[in-house]
Amino acid sequence: MALLQISEPGMSAAPHQHKLAVGIDLGTTNSLVATIRSGMSTVLQDEHGHALLPSVVRYLPNGEIAVGHEALAQQSKDPVNTIASVKRLMGRSLQDIVDRAHIPYHFVAGDDTQSMLQIETRAGLKNPVEISAEILKALKVRAEKALGGELTGAVITVPAYFDDAQRQATKDAARLAGLHVLRLLNEPTAAAVAYGLDNASEGIFVIYDLGGGTFDISILRLSKGVFEVMATNGDSALGGDDFDHRIYCWILDQVRANTQQFNPLNEEDTRLLLTKARQAKEWLTDNHEAEIVCKLSNGHLVEATLSASTFVELTQHLVIKTLSPTRKAMRDAELSIEDIDGVVLVGGATRMPQIRHAVEEYFKQEPLTNLDPDKVVALGAAIQANVLAGNRSDDDLLLLDVTPLSLGLETMGGLVEKIIPRNSTLPIARAQEFTTFKDGQTAMSIHVVQGERELVSDCRSLARFELRGIPPMAAGGARIRVTFQIDADGLLSVSAREQTNGVEANVVVKPAYGLSEDAIMTMLQSSFSAAESDKQARALREAIVDAERLIDAIEVALAKDGALLSTEEQQAIKAELQALKTLCQGQDSHAIHQASEALNHATEAFAARRMDASVKQALAGQDLNTLDL
Amino acid sequence: MMFEANNHFALLGLPVQFEIDTDTLQSNYRKIQSEVHPDKFVTASPAERLQSMQSATLANEAFQTLKHPTSRARYLLQLQGIETLEDSNTAMPADFLMMQMEWREAMEDAQLAKDITALEHLLSTMKNEAKAMQTVLANAIVNDPNTAAQIVRKLSFIDKVSADVQHIISRLED
Repeated sequence: MALLQISEPGMSAAPHQHKLAVGIDLGTTNSLVATIRSGMSTVLQDEHGHALLPSVVRYLPNGEIAVGHEALAQQSKDPVNTIASVKRLMGRSLQDIVDRAHIPYHFVAGDDTQSMLQIETRAGLKNPVEISAEILKALKVRAEKALGGELTGAVITVPAYFDDAQRQATKDAARLAGLHVLRLLNEPTAAAVAYGLDNASEGIFVIYDLGGGTFDISILRLSKGVFEVMATNGDSALGGDDFDHRIYCWILDQVRANTQQFNPLNEEDTRLLLTKARQAKEWLTDNHEAEIVCKLSNGHLVEATLSASTFVELTQHLVIKTLSPTRKAMRDAELSIEDIDGVVLVGGATRMPQIRHAVEEYFKQEPLTNLDPDKVVALGAAIQANVLAGNRSDDDLLLLDVTPLSLGLETMGGLVEKIIPRNSTLPIARAQEFTTFKDGQTAMSIHVVQGERELVSDCRSLARFELRGIPPMAAGGARIRVTFQIDADGLLSVSAREQTNGVEANVVVKPAYGLSEDAIMTMLQSSFSAAESDKQARALREAIVDAERLIDAIEVALAKDGALLSTEEQQAIKAELQALKTLCQGQDSHAIHQASEALNHATEAFAARRMDASVKQALAGQDLNTLDL
Repeated sequence: MMFEANNHFALLGLPVQFEIDTDTLQSNYRKIQSEVHPDKFVTASPAERLQSMQSATLANEAFQTLKHPTSRARYLLQLQGIETLEDSNTAMPADFLMMQMEWREAMEDAQLAKDITALEHLLSTMKNEAKAMQTVLANAIVNDPNTAAQIVRKLSFIDKVSADVQHIISRLED
């Protein structure tokens, strides 16, 4: 038997050991965490054997926070302090939530009408980002316990149809939970990865994803490990919750018809009836009728029988509502029904028989359901997390995703000028030139919106910023180039530059949805215990972690492609490396930041050369005459 | 290679001409993205991540430009120093003006009648018209760039009306 190797204490055994990376499905109703174990994507369970963590957070009287089953169990008793379906509120302002009369929380508007709403709880005002962070923290704890170490990073899934504000809010929640986000991944794409790899499929697939609160439709082409999204569409405010709500309204009608009682329900009763409605919906998946029996707080007994056919009737308009985005996606992908090789159902709500029938009827084929619709997204996210963390050496998986919504600017008269059309493959950059309207104009206001409608007022406002310092010129004389960049997470940044006379006014804007960097820092600070709250110690630790990540990345690159550099160039980079390593032994976080930046800067040309070399190699075998133009 | 290549064709390993092999375009695009996509650089240095984002953005831009016949033709003319100037040069031959008026009318009538089938029919009529124009493009780009520019302007117009028709259809389907 070979002798076991034991490394010296404090030294890592291997420079590139298996990184602990997870995929997280942060769902409206339930959340999951999965990872790759012995080559298989596996959902991690809690100590009671539960894979699903109900996405419910309760603020307890003793100051503690309960998440999951424990919170769910108290939901009817403590509805105001028990927050469910928080995903529907992510990045949303109070005026975005149209149906709040039936949601038993005490909503408070954000600082202005555009910014994210808050909820009044006994633990104080909480915003959806903080509440989501509690769910993510619980999953992080579960994963670290199961894997026995600190996580390197996570892939977190979001509905494909999430806009910039909703994506940004999700990323902020992860940061608040102490998770390093490797990538935000669209849920249907994650499902396609799990499904495609499991079945070794090739061809064109539709992913129909109806979750608790969101609906997505994505059409992908699967070919030799490349998952190319052809089109995506959806409704970020349509899901299984809406079906519950239809039953809830039906129960109310029954109660009123029987008792002539029209008093509004209190929060406990609202929550109780919503829970009964959800149970009835689930029961009707395999049964012809559901008995609904419960006692309201005033002692009134509710008894009703809901038949499957009544349920189908009540929710028919919701089912039809999912087909409109489906048709749009098919049209955008320029496909007809015969082109589709398979339809995959994702999300617990697709268990409802009326959904299966509608999908089967539309696509004229039986949908594929061989992977658990509740787990498939998390399983796919884990596969992608494993790839991104660098654990998979056979690089044969590539996801090419798209931006779900068009991006534009406000022009004269409140109209939208589209800059980036929906379903553009990411990452993408588009530049557009603008000029001044008046003589001597020195500033310009730029309003960025997202959506498909012609009027600014019908689209979502992402950012407003002013470009100042334009040299005074005659109207139409200035040349202002505005560049929009959407990265692989689907997040936008905008930069503007005045380019006449060599005068430059340059700004880079990240859209905000109501949470400023300061607000996030404050939440971060308060979320750490007193022992950890020492700002400087925290800053130093972060600086060292970042520096070590950088050193690691550059040493790997040097080992692999050092030959692309001259001896002098190599020595220059190695000197910067050594300087940073020395500083990491010290206490000066500012100096570590500076040395990290210097090192990064020193490797820019190296990075470009490596990129060129790898592309050249990939296209090798091509006719060289066509390459060297 | 990424930045040495001085045009989209060179980047994607294709000869500079209107007729292209779409399979080669597709497979070379995928090969390049497999090397440069940001997913391959998640744990790399900031310099490499920036480089990756720029390269992947450029690859997407090149692929999109070459994939569609109208933008491919427009780009080929640009390489010859000819701008197609769709926004400013709106002079069109009388027969094309007649045709576009008929399309607009057909579109408006179908919209009022909420007739999706008629709109679909209009789409395929315009598609066939565009295909006929594309067949002469390859030759015109090389031998008669000014005529080619005129054809590109016509194709852009057809693309625009088609997009409007698509938009109306999707509104009617809501």
